[in-house]
Amino acid sequence: MAEPVLELSGVSKSFGALAAADNVALTLMPGEIHALIGPNGAGKSTLMALISGRHTPDAGTIRFAGRDITGLSVARRARLGLGRTFQVSSLIPEYTALRNVMLALQARQGHPYRFVRPVRRDRSLTGPAHDLLARVGLAGRAGVPSETLSHGERRLLELAVALALAPKAFLLDEPMAGLGADGARTLTAFLDGLRAEAPILLVEHDMDAVFALADRVSVLASGQVIATGTVDEIRADPQVRRAYLGDGEEA
Amino acid sequence: MDERRRELTINAVLALGLLAAPLVALAVDEPFYVTLATRVTLLALAGVGLNLALGLGGMVSFGHAAYFGLGGYVAGILAHHAFNGTPVLLGLPGTDQMIVIWVVAMVLAGLLAAVIGALSLRTSGIFFIMITLAFAQMLYYFMLSWPAYGGEDGLPIFLRNGIPGLDTMRPWDMFVISYGVLLAALALFAMLRGARFGAALMAIRQNPDRAAAVGIAPFGVKLAAFAASGMITGLAGALMADLNGFVSPAMMAWQTSGELIVICILGGVGRLFGPVAGAAILVGFETVFGGLTQHWQLFLGLVLLLVVLFARGGLIGLIAGRQRHG
Amino acid sequence: MSLSLLVEQLLNGVQFGLMLFLMAAGLTLVFGVMGLINLAHGSLYMIGAFVCAVVAGWLGSFWLGLVAGLAAAAAAGAIIEVVVIRRLYARDHLDQVLATFALILILSEGVRIIFGPFPLYLSVPDLLNGTVSLGIVDYSLYRLALIGVGLLTALGLWLLIARTRLGIRIRAGESDREMIAALGVNIRALYTVVFALGAALAGMAGALVGAIQSVQVGMGEPVLILAFVVIVIGGIGSIKGAMVGALLVGVIDTMGRFLLPRAFGLFLDPSQAMDVGAALASMLIYILMALVLILRPRGLFPANG
Repeated sequence: MAEPVLELSGVSKSFGALAAADNVALTLMPGEIHALIGPNGAGKSTLMALISGRHTPDAGTIRFAGRDITGLSVARRARLGLGRTFQVSSLIPEYTALRNVMLALQARQGHPYRFVRPVRRDRSLTGPAHDLLARVGLAGRAGVPSETLSHGERRLLELAVALALAPKAFLLDEPMAGLGADGARTLTAFLDGLRAEAPILLVEHDMDAVFALADRVSVLASGQVIATGTVDEIRADPQVRRAYLGDGEEA
Repeated sequence: MDERRRELTINAVLALGLLAAPLVALAVDEPFYVTLATRVTLLALAGVGLNLALGLGGMVSFGHAAYFGLGGYVAGILAHHAFNGTPVLLGLPGTDQMIVIWVVAMVLAGLLAAVIGALSLRTSGIFFIMITLAFAQMLYYFMLSWPAYGGEDGLPIFLRNGIPGLDTMRPWDMFVISYGVLLAALALFAMLRGARFGAALMAIRQNPDRAAAVGIAPFGVKLAAFAASGMITGLAGALMADLNGFVSPAMMAWQTSGELIVICILGGVGRLFGPVAGAAILVGFETVFGGLTQHWQLFLGLVLLLVVLFARGGLIGLIAGRQRHG
Repeated sequence: MSLSLLVEQLLNGVQFGLMLFLMAAGLTLVFGVMGLINLAHGSLYMIGAFVCAVVAGWLGSFWLGLVAGLAAAAAAGAIIEVVVIRRLYARDHLDQVLATFALILILSEGVRIIFGPFPLYLSVPDLLNGTVSLGIVDYSLYRLALIGVGLLTALGLWLLIARTRLGIRIRAGESDREMIAALGVNIRALYTVVFALGAALAGMAGALVGAIQSVQVGMGEPVLILAFVVIVIGGIGSIKGAMVGALLVGVIDTMGRFLLPRAFGLFLDPSQAMDVGAALASMLIYILMALVLILRPRGLFPANG
């Protein structure tokens, strides 16, 4: 069996009395889409923050691409190849779509302490940036500041920025949020192809997308992983039905 | 892009206007106005330094007077020892050579900014403002209570420091030197802003979380910008002390820090020529209204308040519209 | 150096610290509740001192002057809040800095226009003139009274915040602005009241200190910056932190100025020792601030976790 790309073992994090992550074990295998679901407040956001490096766990280790990253900063983890999107689009508002992608490309190419050559005429940035925008379908919007893009376009730009990092794993935090049915369908098809490039840890509320895409699903409740398995296994799991899917049908 | 061209036009007008003003003054034999133009030039230079931290990096430093004053004291102290023929420290002699003084001023101001920046950047927002202000005040009180270089009386520079081939005592020569340094600083600012460093710095100002998520660690980039910012403002201080023939703790006072921010804002924060416009407005205001009433600062305060509340982009913003990063 | 001198300096440090607390408490409340940095807080201190000095001069009563100074500062605070500050809550810190810097220019020149360019002098009230014996030291009765007033005000402030309806609203405002709106509290009025309260504290400090220093334009800003140091050390938004920070700054600054020149005198010649000692003493509290920043970047008592 192959080495997991990302592996959490015994990860815990508390805020005061609240255990937002409780002894979490989770793996992301090469080539898979692993969906993380759970009711609101189950600790999905905390877990994403722990993996991306925004929070440091109280206990446990996080391994990524063969090394322990538990104590590393957000920026170090990103440079090691952890490409993430945010639940609420988080871009550089005054920068155009193109420059948002260029920023990620320049970070991937090396340190930012280059003081002379203008980025605007740097073909090693502009060329790939245009390609990536075309790939997510934003070719015509390259010159538009990201703050004036539509909501759906910003979601796509987030994805282009993550792609620009050529990551070893994608960490996608509710990429479907706020997209219409058409948008969600297009994005689902896109993500389906993306798993060949790098495995995806997907936090998503859209159950259609989760069931269509996920190779494995982990269910989070009260900070604990209560079940992990294939879509069918999760659907059949009585504990999951009680804890989550029962609520899910109302929503 | 139309707005970009309009800003370029404004920049050209400001650069040529600043050059033309002392020429006209010389033609009509009013050397006072040459010195006034030099003052605008050097305040603009100090502002360019602050603009790097404030405009590009979003670091609201209310303590840039520390670097400005440090540069001034470097010029004053080195000249003082050269004049007396005494060593400065450990047998090192003073100097009356501007270029040496500039290098020393920039190195020391850069180091000071690196230390203060490393401490202050551990925090952000309102804390950062208060801490930079407090550290500048520390230096102010230190120079005030340390009598070796004049204490609160300040330190005179009896003979303006020199540059081979130029007569720095002539107002026009002093202006040309200052103007040349300002243009060089503006070129540096434009270069940094356009390069990967500037792209990272401006991104961090707008969204530090996003910058970190693509792998750019904010602390180091901000610290480098803060140190460079202190260097440029320190250089301006060294030249200003030479222009005034005098350096005193007042150069380090909180009012000076406030004025430097005002210069950046009045012109248009983050704009290449913002500090030039801001310095011209401030000195012009002082000259015109200061001649009419001793309470001119009241009007400065009112104008500033109106600009903050109703005209956020400063002068260049009013004329050229919103800034873009294409 | 005698013990009595040491005790006297220590008391001076406590007195200085308590006056700093009055300044810092207002600043930290305004930041905690409204998220605003107010550089013009020193101007309110100045207004309190000027009005107190002038009214005391007219009416021949320090006490009426004190009441007038306090009232004038509170009124000025309320007016400033309604006319200017209110527009700044939603703005970024840079705008707040600039606008309140502009207010300093306006208020300083305004005071100069109204009260003239010369310093005023305010004398200690007869009731509190002279010294009182504390056993080891004869101490200024007025300064002792300042210590008492400072402690009483701190106690009053604590009671106000812990025990009254206004205090509950202030605390709610610190933790969640939307919540108090939902509770039907008139936020605009609450903000004005909090700002005026901070202004009154600053005005009171200015008036009280005015009797032992000269009353002049620009007197507020050095105290304001020290109050910033206090807040950075104590933790922003925390009254307890303001108290601890203020006492630390007051005592360390005063004792440093007293002890350091003497300490250097042990191995340097006297005039050199004075110079070096005085210069270093002036930096002590900032070094303390740097240490706190390195060890606890959010201050000793960070509010809101």
